[in-house]
Amino acid sequence: MNQEVRNLGTPLDLEWVESAVVNRSAVERRAATLPGRRTVKKAHQAAWLLRAIQCIDLTTLSGDDSPSNVHRLCVKAMNPVRKDLLESLGVGHIQTGAVCVYHQYVADCVRHLSGSGIPVAAVSTGFPAGLSPFAQRLAEIKASVEDGANEIDIVITRSHVLRSDWKALFDEMKAFREACGEAHVKAILATGELGTLTNVARASLVCMMAGADFIKTSTGKEPINATLPFALVMTRMIREYHAQTGHQIGFKPAGGIRTAKQSLDYLILMREELGPDWQKPHLFRIGASTLLSDIERQLEHFVTGRYSALNRHAIG
Amino acid sequence: MSNVSDILNELDYGTAPEADKIAIEWLESKSRRFGHFIGGTWTSPEETFATSNPANGVELAQIAQGTEKDVSQAVETARAAYPQWSAMPGSHRARYLYAIARQIQKHSRLFAVLETMDNGKPIRETRDLDIPLVVRHFYHHAGWANLSDSEFDGYESVGVCGQIIPWNFPMLMLCWKIAPALAMGNTVVLKPAEFTSLTALLFAEICERIGLPAGVVNIVTGDGETGKALVAHSGVDKIAFTGSTEVGKHIRRATASTAKKLSLELGGKSPYIVFEDADLDSAVEGLVDAIWFNQGEVCCAGSRLLVQESIAEKLYAKIRARMINLRVGDPLDKATDIGAVVDETQLTRISGLVEQGVQEGAEIFQPKCEFPAGGCFYPPTLLTNVEPASTVAQVEIFGPVLVAMTFRTPSEAVTLANNTIYGLASSVWTQNLDTAHDIAAQIKAGTVWVNSTNLFDASVGFGGYRESGFGREGGREGLFEYLKPSLPSVEPEPLPQVTESAGSATGLDRTHKLYIGGKQARPDSGYSTVLPLVSGGSLEIARGNRKDVRNAVEAADSACASWAATTGFNRSQILYYLAENLEAARDVFIKSLADRAAKNPENEFNLSVERILWYAAWADKYEGGVHHPPVRAHVYTRPEPLGVAGVVSPAAPGLLGYLSVCLPLVAMGNAIVSVPSAHNPLPALELVRILEASDVPAGVWNLVTGSFDEVTVPLASHDGVAALWYFGEDDATPLIDSSAGNLKQTWCPGNLDFAVKPSTEFLRRATQVKNVWVPYGV
Repeated sequence: MNQEVRNLGTPLDLEWVESAVVNRSAVERRAATLPGRRTVKKAHQAAWLLRAIQCIDLTTLSGDDSPSNVHRLCVKAMNPVRKDLLESLGVGHIQTGAVCVYHQYVADCVRHLSGSGIPVAAVSTGFPAGLSPFAQRLAEIKASVEDGANEIDIVITRSHVLRSDWKALFDEMKAFREACGEAHVKAILATGELGTLTNVARASLVCMMAGADFIKTSTGKEPINATLPFALVMTRMIREYHAQTGHQIGFKPAGGIRTAKQSLDYLILMREELGPDWQKPHLFRIGASTLLSDIERQLEHFVTGRYSALNRHAIG
Repeated sequence: MSNVSDILNELDYGTAPEADKIAIEWLESKSRRFGHFIGGTWTSPEETFATSNPANGVELAQIAQGTEKDVSQAVETARAAYPQWSAMPGSHRARYLYAIARQIQKHSRLFAVLETMDNGKPIRETRDLDIPLVVRHFYHHAGWANLSDSEFDGYESVGVCGQIIPWNFPMLMLCWKIAPALAMGNTVVLKPAEFTSLTALLFAEICERIGLPAGVVNIVTGDGETGKALVAHSGVDKIAFTGSTEVGKHIRRATASTAKKLSLELGGKSPYIVFEDADLDSAVEGLVDAIWFNQGEVCCAGSRLLVQESIAEKLYAKIRARMINLRVGDPLDKATDIGAVVDETQLTRISGLVEQGVQEGAEIFQPKCEFPAGGCFYPPTLLTNVEPASTVAQVEIFGPVLVAMTFRTPSEAVTLANNTIYGLASSVWTQNLDTAHDIAAQIKAGTVWVNSTNLFDASVGFGGYRESGFGREGGREGLFEYLKPSLPSVEPEPLPQVTESAGSATGLDRTHKLYIGGKQARPDSGYSTVLPLVSGGSLEIARGNRKDVRNAVEAADSACASWAATTGFNRSQILYYLAENLEAARDVFIKSLADRAAKNPENEFNLSVERILWYAAWADKYEGGVHHPPVRAHVYTRPEPLGVAGVVSPAAPGLLGYLSVCLPLVAMGNAIVSVPSAHNPLPALELVRILEASDVPAGVWNLVTGSFDEVTVPLASHDGVAALWYFGEDDATPLIDSSAGNLKQTWCPGNLDFAVKPSTEFLRRATQVKNVWVPYGV
């Protein structure tokens, strides 16, 4: 991440938090029509897809993760697209935005990725439910940072939001941020469990006030994960926070983004709602595991003019 | 491919052109030269004019200029096709409408591309909005055709409909006109706008392909002269027009002396109200759909932004930021938000009005835009520091220009919103349920969109209040524009002439005054007209004049808001009490009827009391409903009173006739200025005392006696009167003609038989439909 000044946070401004309201129907209408309002074709589409790759937090978060598949993931993160395709596209080396794993594999990833510049992100704080003892959650963050994680994806306590206990959410987030030290912190809101879009907006604001560097939609484990309406609400809050404080907060949709077209929709949304700065990896990440393989096929189609197949691209 | 690397740095959008190949091929297949579609065949064009692509000025085709002869020929074939088409079972007509829907769907991209090329609107809109709405409209009305035989008892088709549509939504306006007309069994002569005839001609080809009987749909192209010929043609039973208020008024006058049914969907300056508790980001996005949709060339565009003062600057900043992201340019590019203005003349009008606004003190904001060469483009524009007295706040600009004003309280928002000659649509943004419904009820407009804007559907009527026109398009309410009620009429029997009294007057002299604002008033003129009475002596009728009319309208205007807002139950209680008090005065009335030689005074009196009870019953039962468009929203329909209504009663039956025409208006919440027949005013005059005794609020029911010229004509021309019902015996042409000043609704159904059970047509006429869209979702 190359933000010059990290988010310093603000005191908890309850009046501001509570003034945030969201009209669901209007948001859904905007989200539904946005992909029809903008599109990118041909060389532009190829370039945008490459950018999407640069913004992927290539992720594995499974109970059966082991050193071998984590290693496979790291090598893919460093080589996300077949070299011949990149050559045909006239593009040099590209790599993903980060890899994202459980604490257990942080040290492995740091070793595999050393010298690549690819940051290692660790999900933390009792991911995905976030209901382990508070001290343990802080300790988990510190352990990952000690193992070399550059980014920590924390989960918030959903009940603080559902009970409108903004003070508790603010304090929790602030403590997580402090525990992260120099590592950047992404606040996972678990939007699919917050009940209303207004709650999503308010939780976004509180986490930013408490110092989150990124706000992230989901763990990928909720019944509903990233959606364009959630993204729209969160990006609008990021815009609002930027207007009020000058701090640029990043956004990470995660869970359910599997197609190249979806990744373009999110990139378009970032540009329309926040501007070109937020189309770069320091302010935009897509949490995904299978998305990359669809993008690779689309890129090959652009290069050859023929539809591609999964087995033509290395798995990660 | 080497530039992928450069693009990766900048990540700009690039271009995404929609192919025009198939549309061009279609034009070429017609040699880019079109005749009219009359009687199922194509005429060979003689005099033609060019239609061109406003985005680049390139000519697309030559279109036939319709002459009077062409129009006559089209009307005659429509007339010839009418008997068979109207007599056809609704289920058969439904099959044709269904086929049209299917055909348009199967060629939807061709329609969309052609529309974009001819009109200049973005392909996103024609592809995602216009054409899908057109298809939905035909499907929906195929259904209505199916139901037409069973659902509209007491109504029949109108005949040949002359339909004139504008250039801003060429296909959508075509389907709003043709689908309901055909469904209800009418035949059609449609004139598309001269700038945008191509999709109507493609539509004609579809009519041909599905084997629509010849003459049912005729398309005659041309300019305003062609339209004029269609309006003037005596073989046309109904004119439906969408366009400017100015032309609408011409048409009102031009059809005044005819029995042509008329519906007008005209201009607007629709308010877009944002309260401080609204979702502001969504309200800003809504504005994009309100005023930067279709280049702002939308009759119901949310062009007048009313913002609560507390959030005005914050909202303006958000709007400006959003405007910078709007992409103006090639309409065929899939990522264009604002395309080309339809024509150079329109571009000149827009820029002229904006300049005037700036001269009058408006602050202007326009993002920097680069336009393609050779086209008619205008940037999205925000004018702040505008007040109601500014020209740009009053005049319909019909371009991508938003004017903004502030309000302090909800009631001030309503006052500002209603401070216009128009009443087509409005948007209300608030998260508060109470605010939303309260404001929606008070806005004088045919459509209110809560937390949304520019939503349309075939199942929901669309149309205006005030000078935005009358009639609805869409939904059940829209079908009545293409139906006429079968109201039983009676030949007017010559009034028994009472030339002299049977004896001389006995007892005390009686004075009948005017009844204005709940008080009996002497006429301004100081004159009376004398009518002899059968029982002896004479009746002196106050000779009202234009000043009495003015006073009566003033009184009605003061009373109408609270009368409209009172509950239907309260209105019904007052009417029941009126019936009670009339019954108690039975003898007086039977004598007054006999005094002007009524044929059967007792029977008329009994029917009169029944008539009051009838409308007392209806007062709290003529209800709206809920439409179900295919979105997550409640759309509720409110039949609202028109406001101040003028009503002139028939000469006979004196009491029953007077009550039959006044009561539906009053029961539905209108305040009336009634003019009893000059030949037979006595029963109405006697009724004043009953009204006074029955708690009818002052100003709700006014009565002015006097002549056609001195009272009725000034009433018909009064711009504060929303409707005029005329049941008198004189030719109504001057009344309809002078009603054009404010486009009041007129109803002159001739000699009706009032002894029969009243048709609900009276209630329908006494109200106007407002549709309130309330999307919901937590």
